[in-house]
Amino acid sequence: MKSRQGAALDRKKFFADPVMVVTIVLLTVLLALFILYPLAMLLLDSVYVRETTLVPLESVLSGEAEASYGQDKATGSRTVKVVNNKKTEQAISLDDLSGSYGFLFASNGRVLKEGEEVDPAATFVKVNASYWTADAFPRIFADYTFNRAFFNTLQLGMITSFGAVIVGLLFAYVDCYVRVKSRVVKKMFDVVSTLPVVSPPFVLSLSMILLFGRGGLITRQLLGIYDSDVYGLSGIAIVQILTFFPVCYMMLKGLLKNIDPSMEEAARNMGAGRWKVFTTVTLPLMLPGLGNAFLVTFIESVADFANPMMIGGSYDTLATTIYLRITGGSYDTTGAAAMAVVLLGITLVLFLIQKYYLEAKTAATLTGKASRARVLIEDRSVRVPLTAICSAVSAFVIMMYIAIPFGALFKLWGRDYSLSLKWFQQLFRDDGFKAFGDSLLLSLIASPITALLSMIISYLVVKKKFRGKAFIEFVSMLAMAVPGTVLGVGYIRGFAGGVFRTGFLQGIYGTGLILVIVFVVRSLPVGTRSGISALRQIDKSIEESAYDLGAGSAKVFTSVTLPLIKDSFLSGLVTTFVRSITAISAIILLVTPRYLLITCRINEFAEKGAYGVACAYATILIAIVYAAIVLMNLCIKYFGTSRQLRRKESD
Amino acid sequence: MAGKEKKGVRLDHISKIYTDPKTGKPFYAVNDVSLDIEPGSFVTLLGPSGCGKTTTLRMIAGFESPDAGEIYLGQEAINALTPNKRDTAMVFQSYALFPHYNVFDNVAYGLKLRKVPKAEIEKRVAAILELVELSGMESRMTNQLSGGQQQRVALARAMVVEPSVLLFDEPLSNLDAKLRVSMRTEIRRIQQTLGITAVYVTHDQAEAMAISDKIIIMNKGVVAQMGTSEEIYHHPNSEFVADFIGEVNFLSGDIIEAQGDSCTLSIAGHPVQVANPDGFPVGKQCKVVLRPEAGILGDSGALPCKVVLSCFMGAYQNYHVMVGDTLVKLADYCPVGRKVYRVGDTAYLSFREGCVHML
Ligand SMILES: Nc1ncnc2c1ncn2[C@@H]1O[C@H](COP(=O)(O)OP(=O)(O)O)[C@@H](O)[C@H]1O
Ligand SMILES: [Mg+2]
Repeated sequence: MKSRQGAALDRKKFFADPVMVVTIVLLTVLLALFILYPLAMLLLDSVYVRETTLVPLESVLSGEAEASYGQDKATGSRTVKVVNNKKTEQAISLDDLSGSYGFLFASNGRVLKEGEEVDPAATFVKVNASYWTADAFPRIFADYTFNRAFFNTLQLGMITSFGAVIVGLLFAYVDCYVRVKSRVVKKMFDVVSTLPVVSPPFVLSLSMILLFGRGGLITRQLLGIYDSDVYGLSGIAIVQILTFFPVCYMMLKGLLKNIDPSMEEAARNMGAGRWKVFTTVTLPLMLPGLGNAFLVTFIESVADFANPMMIGGSYDTLATTIYLRITGGSYDTTGAAAMAVVLLGITLVLFLIQKYYLEAKTAATLTGKASRARVLIEDRSVRVPLTAICSAVSAFVIMMYIAIPFGALFKLWGRDYSLSLKWFQQLFRDDGFKAFGDSLLLSLIASPITALLSMIISYLVVKKKFRGKAFIEFVSMLAMAVPGTVLGVGYIRGFAGGVFRTGFLQGIYGTGLILVIVFVVRSLPVGTRSGISALRQIDKSIEESAYDLGAGSAKVFTSVTLPLIKDSFLSGLVTTFVRSITAISAIILLVTPRYLLITCRINEFAEKGAYGVACAYATILIAIVYAAIVLMNLCIKYFGTSRQLRRKESD
Repeated sequence: MAGKEKKGVRLDHISKIYTDPKTGKPFYAVNDVSLDIEPGSFVTLLGPSGCGKTTTLRMIAGFESPDAGEIYLGQEAINALTPNKRDTAMVFQSYALFPHYNVFDNVAYGLKLRKVPKAEIEKRVAAILELVELSGMESRMTNQLSGGQQQRVALARAMVVEPSVLLFDEPLSNLDAKLRVSMRTEIRRIQQTLGITAVYVTHDQAEAMAISDKIIIMNKGVVAQMGTSEEIYHHPNSEFVADFIGEVNFLSGDIIEAQGDSCTLSIAGHPVQVANPDGFPVGKQCKVVLRPEAGILGDSGALPCKVVLSCFMGAYQNYHVMVGDTLVKLADYCPVGRKVYRVGDTAYLSFREGCVHML
């Protein structure tokens, strides 16, 4: 083949569109900075140690410290800098301190002024040593706490995923195969399958404690069990299964709908019983899909922070252990970083298997739509027990949710079940207004940014060809596999001292901005995924014709693409809002007293055992989330693209 | 359109290489194509599916970049221009109307981008909608229109910006057969009214013949033949072209005698007189391109043949006859009053004067 000028021309055309070039460069930088960089810092932290030690000036002067730090000197670097009281660094001539990197402190920890007379015995030099190490991983693997958390995490992941897949499958099967006569039951399934998806993460834990804990309404009041213990594996597992099974249900329902009923009818025809058909036809067809659901749940379970935190008791998982390492005062950042790397490793491997292997396989085994509607099972011996089980699960979940507002309304849970508004009053007397204000504000800032960014990313990924596209697509999806706790630790390590500890962007650390950024990063994959699937439905030539008529990329995006995926944009807006206002895992590590967030408050109060206030917070939070979703549906109904399509039908 | 200089399109040794997604091997989707499309003319790219028509058109529009060669719009080389900077407008197979806009906004889209004053936009949109016979439908949403109406909106939207070249990629293939026929006449009429240069892609030879000033037949990425419909129908330069345009029979024979612009062929052992404008020499093996309506059956003639099928089709009597081992399909138009041969009859085939062609 001759030399190809096409590629060169394509490049030229690409650079003729500055808006797009700038957008792509900016996106790449942002994704690298706020997703890849913190993770890279974690990795770095687990192999690169920065230590700070206070050494008496006396011993430095006498050369003793030199000796004791000789080992570090061999592996790392030290230079001298001294800080004056304005905290600006200033080199001062302390020849005797040659080679060390330090700050001078008086014995009370006060930073000395320049030129101040010092007593060498009561003065300390802060020596920073940095060196590469390979022992962080061996060290944590030898660490009992880590080992237990590691084992716990995997055990919990297994149990939860199995449970969630089985319950999800049951619901999906009943939904697709069994005739459910009662409309109430159908409605109940709908509610139950959406509730946990949109609810704050720890609501179920909270009501688990209220209903089944030591002072639980059911365990103690109804059953008279006084030593019931929900804290621990069984408690978390139940709560996680109830939280995550709806996702499995939705995934598996999609699969079952695509199975052509004639395949099963053929098997029935050949004499197979219903159970036989299920095990020999339906189940094998769904196997990749089940695996897919299993892994998705596993990742969620392993990454879950709120539930183990609230109801785990002494059953620590990696996520909670990392949190405790960071906040518990042990300051073992290298250890925490190494643990975060392990946790990230688990979710990342599962994510890659799920995304690149199982998703393709699921699509391959079940292609195309079912050719016609399935004959639903009427048989009582199948219908009654399956419907009963699903109804029981649904009733249980609904009961768990109802417990929350009552937890806020009862005077004293476990003792005095008379109604009062005192917890709400206490909430607002406290910092309630500020907490709701802050949470709302930050979430409301994050959601349009995320919605727009994810639409832009999906547009670029689906409709444009450019170098670095794979990077943008992969990194924005990668965030889905990063547990919040890991991201939080990464942000601490990556931004507390500025980017690469240069002080650049240090200003954002501890501000609301970094919280907004975390919200954006945490919701970006969800928005992007929905944007991508919406855009794939749109005929390429619609945008091409706008381009052809004279619109540049930015104009095509704003005048054609965005209006066409308005629904996806609107739902991205609300999804981000909901995810942000209910988020806890990453931000609990980053939030400063300047901001009070609802979720952190609930966690605090629940930890203190102040369930009344915690429930009051949770009740209002649920109300806000619910209102947001209702609002979104209204918006989509009246402004969304589907309206234009409906108009046709009425025509 | 007044005042605007008409521009032609010139493709100068254009090639496009794609990578076959299955084998991963590169191949020429368009291979060394040179075309010169005159200003104001209507040119059709015709060829079987996958021959590179769309790719050629998309290179003119700027969506694809040629791997070799240069494209000119008028005198200007436009290889490096993006589609939005090219003075072309494309009508897509799927219409590609903006579903969130009504008819007026769809048509006005290109004008708004060009910052045309509002009053003029209204005037021009009204004029073009009048031309495509959609006046009064300005406020309809596009999904409230029939297929033919949508196609006309697409046409209006492309034409209202007064491009130098209109590009059509199989614009009628989503319409039903009857509408297709009336729409193609419509497109031709509008193009003539405005005098815009048009490049039209189709795989339907009847459409191509009905609409074009000039047809360009493509095969496997290369231009097989260019010419008017008559030239291509009557003087195809290859079996491929002959076969692609209309029904055709091929009769092989050797030239046994050549005199001036005529020669004698031996077909299945029988000598036949055929015109020989290209001056093929004696001894050359030739193929006679015989259109079904160019053969006449009679009780006497040069080529004896056996009738194997005879049926009345209304407009013509359809025959299949065997000339030696070759099956020849014939159509005898207006057979009323002439002898009708039956299956099993022996007849004689002769060629209508000037209607056969040798390859
Ligand atoms: N983007 C592409 N990548 C790879 N091959 C392509 C691409 N677009 C078209 N082709 C191939 O190039 C050839 C010509 O395509 P096209 O121009 O669309 O044909 P036509 O319009 O004549 O049917 C076909 O074999 C087609 O499969
Ligand atoms: Mg085509």
